[in-house]
Amino acid sequence: MTNTENLILDLVEKHGRERNSLMPILQGVVSQEKFLSEEAMIAIARELDLSAADVYGTASFYTFLDTVPRGKNIIRVCKTISCHMRNKDEIIGVLEDQLKIKVGETTHDKRFTLLTANCLGWCHKGPVMLVNDEVYPEVTPQKAIEIVEEFMKKNN
Amino acid sequence: MEQLQLKKVDIIFGWDEKLTPIDVYDKTIKKSPDSVILDMIDSGLKGRGGAGFPTGLKWKFTRNEDSAEKYVICNADEGEPGTFKDREILDRVPEKVLAGMAICAYVIGAKEGYIYVRGEYNFLLKGLQKKVDIFNKQLQERKVDFTIYLRSGSGAYVCGEESALFESMEGKRGEPRNKPPYPTVAGYNSKPTVINNVETLVYTSEICRMGPEKFKALGTFDSRGSKVFSVSGDTPIAGIYELELGMQLKDFVEEFADGDAKAVQIGGASGHCVPRKKFNETVIGFEGIPTGGSMMIFNSTRSMYNVLHDYLEFFTEESCGQCTPCRVGCQQLLKGIEAVKKGEKPPSYLEDLKKLTLTMKIAAKCGLGQSVANPFISIVDNFKEEIIY
Repeated sequence: MTNTENLILDLVEKHGRERNSLMPILQGVVSQEKFLSEEAMIAIARELDLSAADVYGTASFYTFLDTVPRGKNIIRVCKTISCHMRNKDEIIGVLEDQLKIKVGETTHDKRFTLLTANCLGWCHKGPVMLVNDEVYPEVTPQKAIEIVEEFMKKNN
Repeated sequence: MEQLQLKKVDIIFGWDEKLTPIDVYDKTIKKSPDSVILDMIDSGLKGRGGAGFPTGLKWKFTRNEDSAEKYVICNADEGEPGTFKDREILDRVPEKVLAGMAICAYVIGAKEGYIYVRGEYNFLLKGLQKKVDIFNKQLQERKVDFTIYLRSGSGAYVCGEESALFESMEGKRGEPRNKPPYPTVAGYNSKPTVINNVETLVYTSEICRMGPEKFKALGTFDSRGSKVFSVSGDTPIAGIYELELGMQLKDFVEEFADGDAKAVQIGGASGHCVPRKKFNETVIGFEGIPTGGSMMIFNSTRSMYNVLHDYLEFFTEESCGQCTPCRVGCQQLLKGIEAVKKGEKPPSYLEDLKKLTLTMKIAAKCGLGQSVANPFISIVDNFKEEIIY
């Protein structure tokens, strides 16, 4: 069995085979593999006795359940009004320069994906960004660069 | 001095050592469920998520349903732009939320409760799970058959709509359902369900702690009690403030704005924009403009075209796509204001777009599409020049 199939079996063991378990299972795969591959969705469909189309239909509805390959670290910069007013464009600009990719793209080494997100709920402390599940409020261009450098240093 | 016109309140984040949330629970279940419902109705508490449905009635309707299976769900899918109070509440006083859920479970007869936390707040989950485990254990020790579980969202604004949230919890696309039936009759798993906002649940436990009279004494006839406001935008003191309901917008602006406010967006992207000339006549509350808490202040350096453009982009991306009025309507509104700005369409085209939002208000399936008319009409009518030129 592949790693993905093992992971799915573990998740099914933990959450159950009900349709109600689908979201936690999809979320579990994404937290490990960063996206839902065709292989993963088919395996989940088999375990939960659903059609693969149904699994894809559910997954593709949700912004955080990516169905295209993503980098090991996903950066999401809030683009909604309050962060817009506090210069989120500048943050996006320095990150694009630093990672040498545009919003929506993944670095060649597959370590970083840069995305924007709708309101992250930190309007009083914008601009804000998420790296994976970690939140970084009140980022400045300098801070944004340092945060990403920290992730670059980590051996992952 | 323009000192503190507004009455600050400290109910939500206050902590009573002599009557902690679990003590409040113990005290409350000595009463009959019906008398707890009466307290809720007496207090005048209305839902704090934005829609403002009377909480006591919601509990009563669900209690009256005959079903062996019922649920209590805490809606923590806080996605309305400009709102960030629920995160703070879950972070600082989760015990109060849990006590509110347990009290509700006692009243309606539920055995399971869920907190649906938006995916953007995943960093809260670890700490929250610990608090939930402790609380569940306390209930077990009391031989209470009620357990609380956490569920998380995955970045879909529309899942804050209650029926979309149920769909998501059931492992489906977060597409809103037709209503009726309402959740009190058929909610999660098609069973009677109380779904309350995070802040509402805290108020329920606080009303049980201090009695409905004290709560009722705050606010106005139509808007009882206090409310947590999320203040952002052009203000030197952005943050979270609990204030008495029914205040005048001019007093709010005096206290929070930077002296140059030209508009306040009340209720987030789906709320209303109030221009400076209407600050004096606007009341914040159910008798005026209600809000889930979002108060965004714009000063005279801001382009209201950019504000509206941001909102429409937001709705276009977050529309679930299920119903045509909302899916196509949001896209056309966004394209429409861009075309007017570029001069590809005459200014009179804005009137057609306004009609489109009114159609969406009638024809869209859920609150998302129905409420786009609020920001659109209030911004276009009050700042027409900025939209055109």
